Amino acid sequence: MAGIVSYGGYIPWYRINRGILYSAMGWLNPASFLPGEKSVANYDEDSITMAVAAGMDCISEMDRNKIDGVFFSTTSSPYRERQEAGIIATSLDLRNDIRTADFSNSLKSATTAIISACEAIKAGEMKNILVCSADTRTGKAGGYQEEMYGDGAAALLIGDENVIATIDGYYSVSYDFVDHWRSEMDKFDRTWEDRWIRDEGYEKFIIESITGLAKKYNLTPSDISKVVYPCMYVRAHSTIGKKLGLSPNQIQPHMFEMIGNTGTPYPIMILISALEEAKPKDKIVMASFGNGSDALLFTVTEEIEKIRGKRKGIKKYLTSKRDLSSYEKYLNFRQMIPIEAGFRGETIAPTSVSTMWRHRKEILALVGSKCKKCNTPQYPPQKICANPECGAIGEMEEYRFSDKKGVVFSYTEDILAFSPNPPAIYGIVDFEGGGRGIFDFTDCERGEVKVNMTVEMSFRRKFLDEFRGISGYFWKATPRIIK
Amino acid sequence: MAEGIKDKVAIVGMGCTKFGELWDKSAEDLIVEAVTEALQDAGIEKKEIQAAWLGTCFDEVNVGKSALPLSLSLKLPFIPVTRVENFCATGSEALRAACYAVAAGACDIALAVGVEKLKDIGYGGLPEFVNAMGPRNRFLQPNITAPGAFAMMATRYFEKYKIKPEEGKKVLARISVKSHKNGALNPKAHLRREITIEEAVNAPIIAWPLGLYDCCGVSDGAAAAIVVKADIAKSIRPDPVYIKALQIAVSSGEEVLCNNCWDGAHVESTYRAAIKAYKEAGIKNPREEIGVMETHDCFSITELTEYEDLLISERGQAAKDVMDGFFDLDGKIPNQPDGGLKCFGHPIGASGLRMMYEIYKQLQGKCGPRQVKNPKLGLTHNMGGMPHANVVSVFIVGRDKG
Repeated sequence: MAGIVSYGGYIPWYRINRGILYSAMGWLNPASFLPGEKSVANYDEDSITMAVAAGMDCISEMDRNKIDGVFFSTTSSPYRERQEAGIIATSLDLRNDIRTADFSNSLKSATTAIISACEAIKAGEMKNILVCSADTRTGKAGGYQEEMYGDGAAALLIGDENVIATIDGYYSVSYDFVDHWRSEMDKFDRTWEDRWIRDEGYEKFIIESITGLAKKYNLTPSDISKVVYPCMYVRAHSTIGKKLGLSPNQIQPHMFEMIGNTGTPYPIMILISALEEAKPKDKIVMASFGNGSDALLFTVTEEIEKIRGKRKGIKKYLTSKRDLSSYEKYLNFRQMIPIEAGFRGETIAPTSVSTMWRHRKEILALVGSKCKKCNTPQYPPQKICANPECGAIGEMEEYRFSDKKGVVFSYTEDILAFSPNPPAIYGIVDFEGGGRGIFDFTDCERGEVKVNMTVEMSFRRKFLDEFRGISGYFWKATPRIIK
Repeated sequence: MAEGIKDKVAIVGMGCTKFGELWDKSAEDLIVEAVTEALQDAGIEKKEIQAAWLGTCFDEVNVGKSALPLSLSLKLPFIPVTRVENFCATGSEALRAACYAVAAGACDIALAVGVEKLKDIGYGGLPEFVNAMGPRNRFLQPNITAPGAFAMMATRYFEKYKIKPEEGKKVLARISVKSHKNGALNPKAHLRREITIEEAVNAPIIAWPLGLYDCCGVSDGAAAAIVVKADIAKSIRPDPVYIKALQIAVSSGEEVLCNNCWDGAHVESTYRAAIKAYKEAGIKNPREEIGVMETHDCFSITELTEYEDLLISERGQAAKDVMDGFFDLDGKIPNQPDGGLKCFGHPIGASGLRMMYEIYKQLQGKCGPRQVKNPKLGLTHNMGGMPHANVVSVFIVGRDKG
């Protein structure tokens, strides 16, 4: 039976306390204060990089050749045209003969992608589809969206063997309910009045989809272990539960005070936190909200025990965090203020797309080579073995470094090099199992990197060429390791 | 078996401009100034030059590509002129080409010129490398700066020899204090102010653990050499300087491709070039035989590791020699008597020739207050690139023909 084979989560390292947002911009909207904090993508992260992080978690220790498709959902696409699911598939070093698609333009697109994957599996055309979802939405300074929106990602592998939770059914409603929108030219959302969104959309659609699901599959509230749905307004979130006849312990916590509303992946992230605690036979209902609502019914299986503790998931990420104490730094991460980068920082070389294509595996998937004669892993991939004792020609096979841990061989904190989050920290990494490379370090601050420290690789945006409208993605080393 | 270059080529004239932030001078002005001094020094005329080489590194911000800027500046009369480039070892590369041409018998008198106009880029430090490393590396390499690249070697050196950063920084400071002292004696040097260890240790960090005074000057300047067949050298001047060895070593890539091929605390190319150079020159014990040196001190840590790679200090013992004053102007082997890259300055394409200019003058005994006592053999070490991937040249020169 089709269902969830694996899950993966991602929450960026930085969190900003909403008090910092309010103390900076509360003068503009004195009534806007919300409690808690929200997750903030680092300057080198976007929806694609975070989706890759969640995807890496989801398929860790799995045979990547068994994945037949990648669906990606977001409302914060870095590109209007360049398929993001394709970038993610290449970065995860998946097969070329797979199907990729982006689901977009609505916050319910992630649940729709899951349903589409499930139906493709049921049709027998594909065995495993990786569904990734991520958002990095930005609100205008001083607005409710700025306080509400957090950044995050989630991934589910949908298949029909060894499922940890079966997908028993789904029910959807679709409406052109324009609670917020963004035109082709807009960087920020425009929204209608909150009271209208809350009363006419948020509460009604989630209740309608879950009620529709319950009716379709003859469910009563007591059949359900956990119900998962996003939080737009804290009080209205619990109102929905009451109206559905659920007790508070049946409602999976929404984490709004910890990460904020993370948009498209939000219900999936809450679902993962539910799966992290779920027992076999638990029934879980998940509903999304965005131009309508999708509701899905899951039943947890015995297989859940095999995956437990082996994923980074959501809960472990909640406690791995760094406070972003500067509102101005936050604005800079989101490119909301012009900063003085100097001529050095403004020097941007052209991006050669044909070079990127030829070297796509080494750049996006961090695939190097390993000598078949002397077994020396090498990055970037070589034609002639670099081991001076060997020197074999044309004896290389592909070798992937993105899932290998490493130790810091050397490093520096560079003040001269331009970085949006100085100092630029980079160094030489020796990989476990062999291989060495020079990489930027990320999710770390001054004084935190040490020689011999263990690091792992994280997919990041290496540069953003705004003039030519293209960004380069690559892997950085990070001491932030979720165990 | 190759014969090597020992005693086949001699330097008979050299010129070098003052280095510094020369806002009112173009690269062409600097070329003319350095070559005019070299011609006067040799006592020959421009028309006697049979071939020439121009060394420039950052062509984008300098004189542009090709050898034309040299030929056009000097109005060379349709002779063969070639531009060479090999990172910060560019000046030595120009000199090598001229020496090889003479040694091969292709010509009797050749000119090598190095020039760099760094101060027209609009910001401090070297020009951003991002445009110079090719489209593939743009996707792969961190935004490495020169101080950052060498700082990684300092991190590694401290780690390998269990030196606490605060102690290590004092040793590095001592290297810069010595060069500033020498530079203060040199009217052509860019930076002519003595500094203290405390100033150096407490200076702002540029790339941890390197601070401001661990970094060399970024300068404009030019230098030139006229080389001739050794057996005609004495007919041109009584005190020519003979090439005893000329070696270049370039990284194979193993440093940063294999885990255990490189300790990160030395420059393998320097070690390889040094071994070959000493063999070529017939030097058995460099610590006793070398009289004066100019080594590539782009950063204090570079100089520290060079003492070991050049087989002057034992591995891990360079810090002791530095603190003992072994390389001071009154030490056993004075290094950077002219102030080095640190204080004379570092116009990339000119630096290798500037080093040779000082050694040439030292061997001729013309260095005034910074004159080293009676050196017979001098060494220049010029390095381009980064500790993990680089180009190194080692020249050994002497006043006597063997």
